[in-house]
Amino acid sequence: MPNPQNQTPMIALRGVTKRFPMTLANDHIDLDIFGSEIHALLGENGAGKSTLMKILFGFYRADAGEIQLNGKSITIRSPRDAHEYRIGMVFQDLNLIPAFSVAENIALFLPDLKAVLKPQEIDERINEVSKQYGLEVNPRALVSQLSIGEQQKVEILKLLLSNARLLILDEPTRVLAPHEVEALFGVLDNLRKDGYAIVLITHKLKEVLECADRITVLRGGRVAGSLLRAEATEEKLVALMFEKELSGLKIAEPKRDEMSTPVLELRGVETYVEGAGMSLKGINLQIRPGEIVGVAGVSGNGQKELCDVVLGMELCVRGEKYLFGKNLTNRPVGAMRKNGVSFIPENPLAMASVPFMTVLENMALTQTWRYARNGGFAMDWGVVKADIQQTAKRLEFPVNFYTIAKSLSGGNLQRMVILREMTHDPRLIVASYLTRGLDVQSALAARQALIQAREGGAGVLLVSEDLEELFTLSDRLLVLYGGRIVGEFKPPETDIYQVGHLMTGSKVEHVANG
Amino acid sequence: MSLLSILGVLSSAIFSGTSLLYTTLGEVIGQRSGIVNLGLEGVLLVSASSGFAVTVITGNPFLGLLAAALIGGLTNMILGYLVIHRKANQLASGLALMFFGFGLSALIGKPYVGARINGLPRIPLPGTSGLPQLYTSLFSFDILIHLSIPTAILVWWILFRTRWGLGLRAVGENADTAFASGRDPRLIRYQALFLSGLLAGLGAAHLSIAYTMNWTEYMTAGRGFIAVALVIFSRWHPMRAIVGALVFSGAVAFQLLLQSSGVQVSPFLLDTIPYVLTILVLIAWGGNRRQSAPASLGCVYHGTE
Amino acid sequence: MSQTAKTFPRVSLSNPLVNNLIRYLLMILLALLLFGIILLVTGKDPIQSYRDIFSATLGSTYGFSEVLLAMIPMLLTALAVALPARVGLINVGGEGQVYIGAAFATWGALAFQNKPAWILLPLMTLLGMIGGALWAFVPGYLKSIGLVNETIATLLMNSIAPKIVGFLIFGFWHSPMDTVKTDNFVSAARLPTFFDTRVHLGFVFALVLLALFWFIMKYTRWGLEMRAIGGNAQAARRNGIPLKGYLVTVMCIGGAIAGLAGMAQVSGFYGVLLLNFSMGLGFMGFLICWLAGGDPIGIFLMSFVVAVITTGGNLLQLTQGLPYAVINILLALALFVVLASPRFFEGKKA
Repeated sequence: MPNPQNQTPMIALRGVTKRFPMTLANDHIDLDIFGSEIHALLGENGAGKSTLMKILFGFYRADAGEIQLNGKSITIRSPRDAHEYRIGMVFQDLNLIPAFSVAENIALFLPDLKAVLKPQEIDERINEVSKQYGLEVNPRALVSQLSIGEQQKVEILKLLLSNARLLILDEPTRVLAPHEVEALFGVLDNLRKDGYAIVLITHKLKEVLECADRITVLRGGRVAGSLLRAEATEEKLVALMFEKELSGLKIAEPKRDEMSTPVLELRGVETYVEGAGMSLKGINLQIRPGEIVGVAGVSGNGQKELCDVVLGMELCVRGEKYLFGKNLTNRPVGAMRKNGVSFIPENPLAMASVPFMTVLENMALTQTWRYARNGGFAMDWGVVKADIQQTAKRLEFPVNFYTIAKSLSGGNLQRMVILREMTHDPRLIVASYLTRGLDVQSALAARQALIQAREGGAGVLLVSEDLEELFTLSDRLLVLYGGRIVGEFKPPETDIYQVGHLMTGSKVEHVANG
Repeated sequence: MSLLSILGVLSSAIFSGTSLLYTTLGEVIGQRSGIVNLGLEGVLLVSASSGFAVTVITGNPFLGLLAAALIGGLTNMILGYLVIHRKANQLASGLALMFFGFGLSALIGKPYVGARINGLPRIPLPGTSGLPQLYTSLFSFDILIHLSIPTAILVWWILFRTRWGLGLRAVGENADTAFASGRDPRLIRYQALFLSGLLAGLGAAHLSIAYTMNWTEYMTAGRGFIAVALVIFSRWHPMRAIVGALVFSGAVAFQLLLQSSGVQVSPFLLDTIPYVLTILVLIAWGGNRRQSAPASLGCVYHGTE
Repeated sequence: MSQTAKTFPRVSLSNPLVNNLIRYLLMILLALLLFGIILLVTGKDPIQSYRDIFSATLGSTYGFSEVLLAMIPMLLTALAVALPARVGLINVGGEGQVYIGAAFATWGALAFQNKPAWILLPLMTLLGMIGGALWAFVPGYLKSIGLVNETIATLLMNSIAPKIVGFLIFGFWHSPMDTVKTDNFVSAARLPTFFDTRVHLGFVFALVLLALFWFIMKYTRWGLEMRAIGGNAQAARRNGIPLKGYLVTVMCIGGAIAGLAGMAQVSGFYGVLLLNFSMGLGFMGFLICWLAGGDPIGIFLMSFVVAVITTGGNLLQLTQGLPYAVINILLALALFVVLASPRFFEGKKA
């Protein structure tokens, strides 16, 4: 490998900054991308990897910073500009048209397509390139009939045939089977040899160490470190990815009756999801009253499906679900709610609130039967207010009943949902990314609320990517990877790196649980 | 029942189905670009009336044909302006266009009610010249009938074998992807609607200039909606649209056949066949429907801002 | 829109209601202007035409009552769209539901014609609503199990319904004198009218239902749950609101209201079941509801405007020698002008 230190980088990012309403996604990022190199961009979800690359692809525009191509400053305003500069990107959720054939999807992006299509000719060009790089697909196949792995090949072919020289791949292995991952890396290796520059966005350590020439770790929108492959070890990367220092704030183990009926018990639960979702496989899980069970894992490994199964949004194709000792497998959401299940979702705007309703109306939605009067012809808004105010006082959350939910900031919306879900003494709380978007104070209050609920005898299923939060709050910690529970720990006895390894799939051990 | 009467039934089925085939082909193009035109009924009426009027005035049915086609394309531009430029709701805009067509066609056609024209000349089907005159007259078709199948093939070729067609279908599937590939989704939708209107205009012209050879208010009798149904029935494919038009014509033929053989089945019930079939087909597809309907059908393209 | 706002900066800043009214007036004026040009081109006198329309509708008590009469089916069919729209369903099937409702009610009128009015009328009302509800159940159910999109299903069923009515009239019900309609209904099967006008009890039905719609949406548990589904179906489901049940029920109620419109037309307006009697009433309802943003007061005002135009069209036919259908141009122009300003209804869904 030539020593890139003496080369001008193909692409250089200097001081790139991007602010979204809620977060600073990229904070003065410098990055060099060289030809004939695979550059891995490593980091947790939300570290700013995708945002940075979407800026390079012209999908977003940076607030500040500079992009250089072969040492010359350029401006990229749209994907079209990126095409001009021969930059191509494969998005995480692939962007092919499912109703089109492989050839049609590729032809759409051919820079020299003739007015009358010659399918034979297009097929030949595809076959030529696909043979060269081991990307064999049938050009006549419909994309909707292809596996995700094959679709990935088509995306890469599309980039190659549209003359891109820099290929950005966003989490390409997320939904691939192990043998498909291997094949993909083989392809990338060949491309590197032919001078292509490749950026691989990922959070999987194993893959990075397997194929990358250069590794840049992002954390919280900043570059945490940049290493050559030779310098990198698993330990170093984990240390860069996750905060090294964890505040050791522990909470005294509450007294629990280990023999009491579990609030939630899943027995061999399996789900089936079409498309890009992750099916659960053989999940056994018990939550006892007064217990917080944390679920660690990189999002997309079955967390959403786990929460949805508990809530009744998704059906179990196999297995049973018991709540408070009652078999409630595949009963509707309303039945769960009436039995005292609360749900705090990862996205409060899309999954928990009705944007054009007032906060007060939103507050009543989970318990309409409780507040209905005269057989449903009236609603007792006074009681709704009183109930919520009581919780608000306890959690010290401000609440303004007459604002429209849509106008609330993300943090306020999350507080509204937490308020609602903590009212009526829930017996089981399913919380997904509880503190996402909250400021430090509110996050503390939200966590305090969970601890209060636990003291009151509620069981909690806490899904998070924030290991610190999980270690602080959980009585028990499970790791979800690929739709399975791959580890179970007691936080005080556990090393955070061990969990990090399991989350990133660098070491899979099966732990009998139940 | 004689062979002659069966052939007669077949011939009249072809005559009644032709306008439908052209209209359906046009709507296939429009919907492939992502736009539903519920105003098709109105477009047909305006084209039929204006085509007839031009034929009466000039005495030349081909000029009438041309006028009908152009007027069809232009009428569709109203819909285009509303749904593409003003981002209005497609269903509501289409229905408004339908009412517009009701009114405008009545206004255009009024002076020509009861007028007589020389319809499109009939050309005997090649190879039938040796048959008795009774038979050849049954298979003397006008130019639009002769061209109907070739037109379906042409539409297929445009949609599936040209760069423009590829872009058009991409807009209907995912306008953002089409934009990312360097195309202008808005322009393509206007072009698609114009072409769609041209074909609807030809269909309407066949109705008033070649088939019935007169003008009456509401003479299209729901053909616009049948065409929308047939587009779904034919799964947005021009070649299958032929089958769809045949099913409709078949129902008509069947009805005539039954009547001529003395069997009493209500023509009204037979008229429902294409719709009932379409619903059954949709149920049979079930969840797979998404694979056939253009994915962004009915969606506004907002552009990137 | 921004240009209009620039012309009336003070109004738009101080009072959105006044601003909206002025915008509406401007739009109607623009439509009238465009239609006037069309009339001029065809050699008619637009001023005289508009004077005729005015005198035929708002100029006399009788004219005004005719406007109210024309509003009845519009109010009902618009409501039949507005209710399903609140849970996100697009019911384009009012037309078909009107026909089937009318057919069911007609069956009642013909089969029980010797019964007194106090039995016959409630029975016909009920039958009409059941008919419309059944016709709407099919698309509602197919949608709830995720099989067929309700827009397509209702549209297709629109084309079937009038043919079934035709089948019934031709096959069984037609009068000995005329094959395109039934015998005239007995007087017990006619909805009572008010004073010396043709305005019938259907008007009261429509107003009561409109008020009920407003009340249910604003004050009741079901209104709250429906608004939640329409506002965010996923969140509503996660909050424990039964989505599928609502989809089917609401679609059926919408169909029942359209069916009532059909009953009101045959029992109140025509007094007979005619072939193809609706002529786009259901579609008109869809447009009115969409333009009004699904709002009850908006539906009332929009229906009024549309009724003035269509009623006035009758006179235009007499005085100007224009086909009645021509009034549809004025109607469509008004619709075009409103449709072309979608920002009007920002945040509302029909």
